[in-house]
Amino acid sequence: MSKKKQKRLIMRVSILAVLLAAVSYTIYSSVTGDERSLVRAGDQAPDFILEDLDGDTHQLSDYKGQGVFLNFWGTWCEPCKEEFPYMQKHYEVFKDQGVEVIAVNVGESEFKVSNFANQFGLTFPVVRDVNSDVMDAYSIGPLPTTLLVNSDGEIEKVITGEMSEEMIVSYMNMIKPESQESSE
Amino acid sequence: MSKLICKCGHVNPEGSELCQACGRTLTEEAAKRKTNDVMRYEGMARRSQTYHTSIIDKVWNFFSSVKVGVWLIVITLVASAIGTIFPQEFFIPQNIPAVEYYEDRYGIAGKIYYVLGFHDLYGSWWYMLLVAAIGTSIIIASLDRGVPLYKALKKQRVERHDSFLKRQRIYSAYEAKGSQDTLNRLSEGLKKRRYKVRVENGSLLAEKNQFSRWGPYINHTGLIIFLIGAMLRFVPGMYVDEMLWIREGETEIIPGTGQEYLLKNEGFTLETYQEGDSEVFDETIQRTGAIAKNFQTDAILYKKDDNAIAGSTDNITEVDHHAIQVNVPMKFDQFALYQTDYIEDELYKMSFTMDSKETGEPVGSFTVDLFNPNTSGLYELNDGYAVEISGYYPDFSGFDDGEPQSVSPLPNNPAFLFNMISPEHPDGEVAFVAIQQNLEPLGENDYEISFNGIETRDISGLTVRKDLTLWILALGGTIFMFGVIVGSYWNHRRIWIKTDADSNLYAAGHTNKNWYGLKKDIAPAFEYAGLDQPDDHQELKESKGNAKEEDESGTTREHK
Repeated sequence: MSKKKQKRLIMRVSILAVLLAAVSYTIYSSVTGDERSLVRAGDQAPDFILEDLDGDTHQLSDYKGQGVFLNFWGTWCEPCKEEFPYMQKHYEVFKDQGVEVIAVNVGESEFKVSNFANQFGLTFPVVRDVNSDVMDAYSIGPLPTTLLVNSDGEIEKVITGEMSEEMIVSYMNMIKPESQESSE
Repeated sequence: MSKLICKCGHVNPEGSELCQACGRTLTEEAAKRKTNDVMRYEGMARRSQTYHTSIIDKVWNFFSSVKVGVWLIVITLVASAIGTIFPQEFFIPQNIPAVEYYEDRYGIAGKIYYVLGFHDLYGSWWYMLLVAAIGTSIIIASLDRGVPLYKALKKQRVERHDSFLKRQRIYSAYEAKGSQDTLNRLSEGLKKRRYKVRVENGSLLAEKNQFSRWGPYINHTGLIIFLIGAMLRFVPGMYVDEMLWIREGETEIIPGTGQEYLLKNEGFTLETYQEGDSEVFDETIQRTGAIAKNFQTDAILYKKDDNAIAGSTDNITEVDHHAIQVNVPMKFDQFALYQTDYIEDELYKMSFTMDSKETGEPVGSFTVDLFNPNTSGLYELNDGYAVEISGYYPDFSGFDDGEPQSVSPLPNNPAFLFNMISPEHPDGEVAFVAIQQNLEPLGENDYEISFNGIETRDISGLTVRKDLTLWILALGGTIFMFGVIVGSYWNHRRIWIKTDADSNLYAAGHTNKNWYGLKKDIAPAFEYAGLDQPDDHQELKESKGNAKEEDESGTTREHK
């Protein structure tokens, strides 16, 4: 009889466990909601190819071996504007250490984007995501959003919202390839 | 654990109410309970009542209780009702954060409503937990009752103890009627009514429609399948419900397709019924104004190459090209695009003329695409005149530190800083032009820019929908209905006949519902056997009023 009792207990435990797992999964999925679909730290950065203002194409995977500071922005977005002078300033320092900055505009007109780039004297590639393709791939919500991609093409960190100058410097340090560090 | 040993010698598990062999009542409590309640599960021990040891058993017993199940349903119903007091988040204005809206509009009650998650009821964790608890209750309660019931009905014995027969609602004892011939005639008569008849040792069991006892369990299975379907919507790739806003002439990635499909909007049309189209509409049109006839987006669907990289528009191929109308979606690869919304007449292009203030005559005209001005910003006019856009503010909101500001990239309120080049002023004169605003920030100019018309376009709102759970929901629903039908339109009917050594005959009948039907069903067999119809003790009770006493004393009327 105790054998039967044990069998029954195992049965009950397994049924309750299956139910608990299903319920937990459902509630977890629903509470975390859209966040779940976001591209997160630790993920491989989705590859993309976009054209810059000079008509040159930039493909993310071509930058393997370098750290990529990937910034999504729009001309009307105030915090985005605040970041650009710092990004430009430190890009000039870090580009020789293997850090590339790619600024992805969220599909505004070439006129607006090139005016903006000229106004801030940007020397890093500024590309336009005309069909919202790359934004969709990276599930970009509010602007600005910055992704730090390391030399292995892996996302180190996702930053939503404005960054201070100190943050920009520390982030660029974070994705600086190691070989470059040791050669210093 | 202790077992209940019946007088007949059969060993029954703890918690049994009736002996599974002969049908005697085993406990005092069981003897006092209504026969109908005892018979619901054939007097079997409900598993939940058997063990009370570990925490697992306690959880199990909690969910096994019908009382708990009913309370869970009541609580869920009340919560759902409360959820209708204020509008759900889905229906409130999109431009106000929900946290402010409920408090501003409904005060403290609104705040509580929001904090407790009533504003998004189906998305609240506690509501989901309630539904999940109901699901658990259904599964466990059904297992706990269904399995013993199945066992009891499978191993039914033909011969039952006299006390079992006596307890039944339909019961009569017939003195000196217990001949083999009567038994044969009863058997024959019941078989005619399509009863399955078993005869053993001078006893008879006739049974029909046993399957109807499974109705509730079938419909619970359907419910569980339905809940599984609803749960699968949270599994990535099973369910997509997105909105795609797309301007005329533009091509956009279709959200939810993993950047695989693009859609081009070739044009949006809103048609209304015109007076004269049909007599039916004329009167209404005069009374209420325009009536919509058709909402339509002419769309081209493109598919990207399987290994295409995001952003690349190289390997895209047209897969479909047709009009999306209300109820005529564009379907592709398990997705469907439905026409669900639109915005008419968004500013698209703006035309201007450059005029000489002296003559008031235009010297040339030009048109600016508000979404894509000339990249150089330069618009050449004739005879050495030209206009250069030095600043464009699509959603002009005012000046900050002398600098014009735009709050969005959408041309809701376009403003321009123009540099007007003329033979007299080769370096240009600066003018700031916004809607109903014309400024000359650097001093008086000889030329001015004036509006010369606008071009608008529509934005089509399409719902992107993919639902791989639909067939599961349909299956669950169908099984549910099947269970309801099985349980509602058929009744499990049983007749027990017993003869003793003194040639007395005892007849008892039971059904899970529709006692009138049972009586009518067996009447011809009893008539054929030359017996009076067996008594319905419920009816007797009602007519006599003092039947309770009779029931407790265990006496029953006997036919002479």
